[in-house]
Formats: sequence, C-alpha cells, structure tokens
Amino acid sequence: MSRGTPRASGYFRTDYAQDLALTQTRLERASLLAFAVILAAFPFLATAFYLDLACQVFLAAIGALSLMLLTGYAGQISLGHAGLLAAGAFTAGILFREFNAPFWVTLPAAAAVGALLGIVFGLPSLRLRGLYLAVSTLALHFVVVYLGGEYESKRGYSTGIMIDAPTIGGYAITNGRVWYFVLLVAAVATLLICINLLRSRTGRAWRAIRAHETVAEALGINIAAYKLLAFVISSAMAAVAGALFAYYRHFVSVEAFSLFLSIQYVAMIIVGGMGSLLGALLGAVFVTLFPYLIEAALQQLPNAQSYAGVLFAVNYAAFGAVMILFLLFEPLGLVGIWHRVQHYFLLWPFKHRPVAGAGK
Amino acid sequence: MQLAVNIVVLSAIYALIACGYVLIYRVSRVLNLAHGELMMLGAYLLLATAASFAGNPVAAIAAAVVLSLAVGILVYVFLMRKMTGEMVLAAVLTTVALGTLLRGLMVLIWSAQQQYPGQALGFDNPAIALPGGGRISTFAAILVVTTALVYTGLFVFLRFGRWGVRMRAAGQNPLLAAQRGINLHAVYALAWGLSTLTGSMAGMLIALDSGLTSSMTVIGLKAFPAALVGGLDSLVGALVGALIIGAAEVLSIQYVDPLLSDVVPFLVLIAMLIVRPWGLFGTREELDRV
Repeated sequence: MSRGTPRASGYFRTDYAQDLALTQTRLERASLLAFAVILAAFPFLATAFYLDLACQVFLAAIGALSLMLLTGYAGQISLGHAGLLAAGAFTAGILFREFNAPFWVTLPAAAAVGALLGIVFGLPSLRLRGLYLAVSTLALHFVVVYLGGEYESKRGYSTGIMIDAPTIGGYAITNGRVWYFVLLVAAVATLLICINLLRSRTGRAWRAIRAHETVAEALGINIAAYKLLAFVISSAMAAVAGALFAYYRHFVSVEAFSLFLSIQYVAMIIVGGMGSLLGALLGAVFVTLFPYLIEAALQQLPNAQSYAGVLFAVNYAAFGAVMILFLLFEPLGLVGIWHRVQHYFLLWPFKHRPVAGAGK
Repeated sequence: MQLAVNIVVLSAIYALIACGYVLIYRVSRVLNLAHGELMMLGAYLLLATAASFAGNPVAAIAAAVVLSLAVGILVYVFLMRKMTGEMVLAAVLTTVALGTLLRGLMVLIWSAQQQYPGQALGFDNPAIALPGGGRISTFAAILVVTTALVYTGLFVFLRFGRWGVRMRAAGQNPLLAAQRGINLHAVYALAWGLSTLTGSMAGMLIALDSGLTSSMTVIGLKAFPAALVGGLDSLVGALVGALIIGAAEVLSIQYVDPLLSDVVPFLVLIAMLIVRPWGLFGTREELDRV
C-alpha cells in the first residue's frame, strides 16, 4: 500500500488474477487464516464481558471505516459522524415503534436515510473546504440529534426508544455469540466493500481529490459527483452501523450520540492513522478498549472505590491527553508505528533504507 | 421590553465569547474549538481565587483575570506552538483534544456539581428594573457593559496599539510580518492570551449571574455560529453575528419551542454557510486559504 514498502523479496505479479487477489504471498495467506481461526474461536473461549467488548469493537470498526473513506481517502472532513449514526439508529427505532417493521426493512431503510443525509451533509462540501466543511457537518450533527430528541419527547419516549431483538424465521437474536458473528460478518463485509471501492476507479478518484482538487478536475474527475458519492457511501455505512448499534443495545436514545461520540470517531482515524483501512480498524480497537483500560488501571490503585464516581472524568482527561500526544508526536498513528516496526525488521541489520536510485 | 432585554443580554454573552474565536482565527487561522472549555476554566479559576482571597472580591477577580491570560499564553506556548505550520485540520483537532482534556480535568478538580462563585465572593445579584418595564439582573447588566468595553478596547488596540498593528499584520501575511521583524510566536501567544481572557471574563460573569456547571461549554460552542455568521476574521462581524444569533434564539424560544434553543444557532449557521460562507463582514478570499 504505502510507497515502496518492501514485501517478500523476489515476489512479482505475473498475471491479472494476482493483481485482483486480496492476499499476495503465502505468509499473508497463512496469517490471515490464523487470524480468522482466532476470530472464530474467540466467542467460545471468552466470557460475556469480552464478547460484549468484541461486539463494540466491530460496531466501532464499521463507523471508523466509513469515516476513514470520507476523511482519510476522499479528504472531506466530518465532525458530525455521530449524527449519522444517530440517524441510522433512529430510523430503525422509529420504523420498529411506528410500523413494527422487521430488521430486513429497517436496515435498508437506515442505509437509505443515511445516503440521503449523506447528500445533505455533502452539499456544503461543494462550496466549502477544510475548516468550513468541518463546521457545517458539526452543525448538521446538532440538527439531526435535535430531530431525534424532538421525536422522543413528542411521542412520549423521553427516556429512549426500546427495540426488540431482530428475528430470523421465528428465532430472535439475543445470544451474545450469535451477535458476535452477526457483527463480525457486518464488519468484514464493510471492510471488503471499502477495500474494493478503494482499488477501483472510485477510490482513485477520491485519492486524487484529496491530493489536489484542481489537478483532479483537470484529469477529468467529476469532483462534485465523487465528493457527494463519498459522503453518500460513508453516511449509508455509518447509518447501518447506527441501526445495528440500536438493535444490539435494544435501545435508542439521543444521549448516546453526543458530540463526544463524533470526537471519538475522529480520534479513531487519527490514532489509527489517516489514509489507511488498517488504521481505522486499529483505531476502533484502541478507542473502544481505552475506557476499559483506564478503568482497569484505576482498579490497580489503592482505594480504588473512591475513583468510581470520577471515572468518566478520568476517561475524558486521558482520552484528550492521548489524542494530543498522537497529534503532536505520532501524526501517522498506530499504523505509522506498525510500519516503523516492520521496516526495522525488513531492513535489519541496516537502519535506513538506501537512498533512492543509489546503487541500482 | 423584557424580550428586548433578553436579546441584548444573550447577544452580549455571545459577542463576548465570539471575539475570542475571531481573535485567534484572524491572527493565526486556527479555529479554537476548546474555547468553551477555556471559558469554563476561567469561571472555575474565579472559584479557586475566591476561596484563597476570601473577603477581597476585587483581588479575587483580578487574580482570576490575570491567571486566565496566563492560561491562554501557556496553551499556545506548550501546545499550539507545536502545531504552527501543520495542517489546519490537525491544529483544529488539537484544540478539540485540548477541550476534552480540560473538561475531564475540571470535573476531576472541581466536581460536576453546580457551584456559585457569586456566593463564594459574597455578591448578591439583585434585579434592576429598567425604564419601560423590563428587568435585568445586576451581573447581566455588568456583562453587557463589559462586552461594550471589551469591544471598544479591542478596536482601539487593534487600530492604534503597537501590538494590535502587529497582530493585524501577522494575520494578513505572516511571512511579510516575520520579515519585518515581528515576533510571530509572541503575537500568536498574545492572541491566545487575549482570547482566553475575554472568554474567561464571559465565563466568570455568566457564572456570577447564574451559577457554574459543566454545561457551560455548550454556551461556548453556541457562540461559535455568531463568530462565523459575522465573518470569522471580523470583530464587527462577531458583534452583528452575536446579535443575529441571540435574537434568533430568544425569539424561537419565545414563539416556537424552547427545545429549539440548542439548535437554532446552528440552523442559522447552516443557512449562512449556504448563502454566504465567508460571513457578513468576512473576507471572501478566506475560503480559498483553508
């Protein structure tokens, strides 16, 4: 992916099928298989608590991947991602409450609402860039959350909307393990969609727009269409993640979609590493597990009980501090660290890659 | 009449906060999304100084004001200084992260309970009856006067002050300004200090008027549309924008739905971004720079 990352030596692609393949070398295939086995075995070994954590990570991963498409690849900044998640969750909740709609109606409906909102969120991007775009998405976040809150209070669900578990052929998905696999499949499907989008014409167009809009336009890329497309696809994915979140929690409430959630998603792609799908996944894992790590760390301190009340404040402070540290000292995020480790071993015993062109 | 008083008070609050956004943006092109938190920090600083300068409210207020100026300068020296020259977005996200950090720290230090610095200082807050039938609380009146003084002061400072001219120069063209011997870091630090100072004054006065909770950051964020509607690089704009946002909010609470109060500023903001993204008094070229 990144420029000139050394892969296995002596490996050259010789036909188009190899270009299309998701994995290139035997090592990659083997490690992918091992990872898949671990993922499949995990729910049978883990306790309910870790199962829940894994499910949260998958949900966050879908959201982070969609934001990565938009911000990391197409270069369109969004500070309103939580608004899109809220839109998806509320679509599912409202359709279920008002029409008793099953999940195979509400999920596509959430995607459709997300896509529609994507156009709304994306329209300012045709005129605005950078800061101003971020601000407009921020404003739209507040509007969406307001509409959700309005529905809650007008219909008398002031504490939130309850949703029953989705049923397939009379079987209700309530079991944590079943949820684990449902969300795992959803996350993997999202990842595959992202990978394939990015290596197609669409992905190339997005990267060109991010690199330089004017040049991209000169190359014949329809800027407006591709920007809107980025917003539509990203928002539809985020809305589906929101709807899944609603089903998983059996509960929708505006409180869950605060501005802090948007910040968390932005943090995921920063901490993970901009412009990398792996980064989005790593960021999702990191940000989701972070509060639990903090809690575990606080438990180790003497008189742990006294910190219970201020746990959320500690979380806020630590989260902000970590974000600042990454922005200041590791702008490439976890992926940057990972690449550095990779390079260290690939170049060993040397420290630096040879100067381009020297000795060739 | 009461409606007009409410509009003026709310607009004054927004204007006093918004000039902080404008100062930093105008000088360094950074949007400070931690402004709400910095403003709340100012209010908590007053609470802290009120405890240590018991019985001497003037000294407490003066100490808090000086401290908030120092906080702003420190934020620049230790954090934002490292972000100069980075992508605009990275700088903005740094301020977001700073806001999150501050919010957590403030709850840790001062707890999330509602506090009353006015009581701690021994002030009471009687309502003043205005000619025409309106009523205004003492501190709200002081806030309106303060806003007027701060804006007058800033206009004079930016127009005639030596450092004010330097700030304008740095904002217009940092490279040329630096080559004429202007210390850019000092100018940026000053902008951050002044911005935090004015924000903190707003925070202190709001806290003296109606108590201090962790929800104060929302007010800070709602003042941001005021800055943008007027034009992010224009002080006059911030004043006009604050008036528009304040009026829209008070009127919609009065005549439409109280729930709207949190969202109206952002609706106005969206409308403005569609019609005239650079704001009423902003410079148009701004948009291409970001």
